[in-house]
Amino acid sequence: MPHIALPNLPGIRGPMAFRPETSKPLNELVEVLLRHPNSLTQGERELIATYVSSQNNCHYCQSIHGAIAAAHLDGNEDLVQCVKHDFRSADISPKLKALLNIAGKVQQDGKKVTAEDVELARNEGATDIEIHDTVLIAAAFCMYNRYVDGLATVQPQDPDLYRQRGKMVARDGYVAANLTNVATPSLSTTEPELVAR
Amino acid sequence: MPHIHLPADVPGIGAAFAFRPETAKPMRELAHILLFEPGSEASLSSRDRELIASFVSSRNTCYFCQTSHGAAAAYHVGGSPELVAAVCRDPSTAEISEKLKALLVIAAHVQGDAKSVTPGMVEAAREHGASDVEIHDTVLIAAAFCMYNRYVDGLATWQPRNEEMYQKMGARLAGSGYAQPGS
Repeated sequence: MPHIALPNLPGIRGPMAFRPETSKPLNELVEVLLRHPNSLTQGERELIATYVSSQNNCHYCQSIHGAIAAAHLDGNEDLVQCVKHDFRSADISPKLKALLNIAGKVQQDGKKVTAEDVELARNEGATDIEIHDTVLIAAAFCMYNRYVDGLATVQPQDPDLYRQRGKMVARDGYVAANLTNVATPSLSTTEPELVAR
Repeated sequence: MPHIHLPADVPGIGAAFAFRPETAKPMRELAHILLFEPGSEASLSSRDRELIASFVSSRNTCYFCQTSHGAAAAYHVGGSPELVAAVCRDPSTAEISEKLKALLVIAAHVQGDAKSVTPGMVEAAREHGASDVEIHDTVLIAAAFCMYNRYVDGLATWQPRNEEMYQKMGARLAGSGYAQPGS
C-alpha cells in the first residue's frame, strides 16, 4: 500500500496524478531525454533507462521502460533482458556498451565516472551530447526510481500490462500518455481495466 | 576538468544547463516548485526544503550542491551556516522541528534505497504534523537531488572552493528561486 493517499494508478502515475505541479516538469524531462530527436535512437535511450532502473532494483520502472524499449526494438524482449543482466555480452553497438558503462557508474556515484570511461565512449563514436544525455538519463532514473519506490507505489506484476502500455508510450510519448492521469482520475478508480492501461 | 566541453567559468550545474537548455528548462522548473514556490497547503518553508536538499546532497557528497543549497538555506529566514552544518552532521540533534527531523529520516532512506522507507517512518512524520503533500515533496526532493548530484558529479563540472561565490549564489536562490537562467 502506498505511504500516502495516492490515486489508484500504477507506479509513477499515482504520484504524478497526486501532484500535477511537479508531474509537468517530470514528464517534460523524460520526453526530452527519451523521445526528442537525438542521434541515439529511442530504443537505445530506453535501454539506458531500463538498465539503470534494474540496477536500482525498481520493478515498475525497469518493467515499463523495458517494455517501451522492446516496442522500439521490434518486440525484442530477449535483448532487453540481456542488457539488464549483462550488457557487455548483448547484441548492441560498442558505443552503446561504452555509454552503459558510464550510466552504471552514474547510478552508483557520479564521481565514479572517469576520463577513461568517457574516452572509451568517444573512441566508439559518442558525441558530447550523447555523453551528456547518458549521464542525465542515468541521473534522472536515480530520481524516478526513488520517487516510485520511496512512496511505495502500486507496482503490478503482470508483464502483459507493461507490454500494452509500453506499446502506447512508444507510439504516443510520455506527455500524451500521461494526460490520462489527470484527465480521467474518476474513471481510474472505478474501471480496473483502464487503471491497468 | 569537465568530461565534455561545457561553457568555461560557469560553476556546477549552471554549465550543464547552459550546454543543454532543453533539459535545463524542466529541471529548473522542478527545483523552483520543490524548493521555492509556496505550497498549496500549510507547507514546509523554503528554509526547511533547502535543508532537505543540502542534507541529501551532503549524503551524496556533492560539493557544489550541498554548498549552494546550504547557502540558500542559511540565507532564508531562520537559517544560518551553523544550522545547515548541524543538520548535515546529525539531524536528530539539530535545532529543527520534530516534523522536519522525521522528514529527514525519510529523506535519508530515499537517498539510500528508497524501498527502505517504512510505514513507521511515515507514521512518525504524520504524528508530528506532516501532511501527505509534505511527505510527497520530501520524497521527491530527496529523489531529485539524487539526480542533480549525479548530474553535477557525473559530468565532472567545475566546483570551485570559493565561499563568497556560494554565499552570493545562496542569496540569489533564496531571493528569486530557480526558474530563470542565471540562477
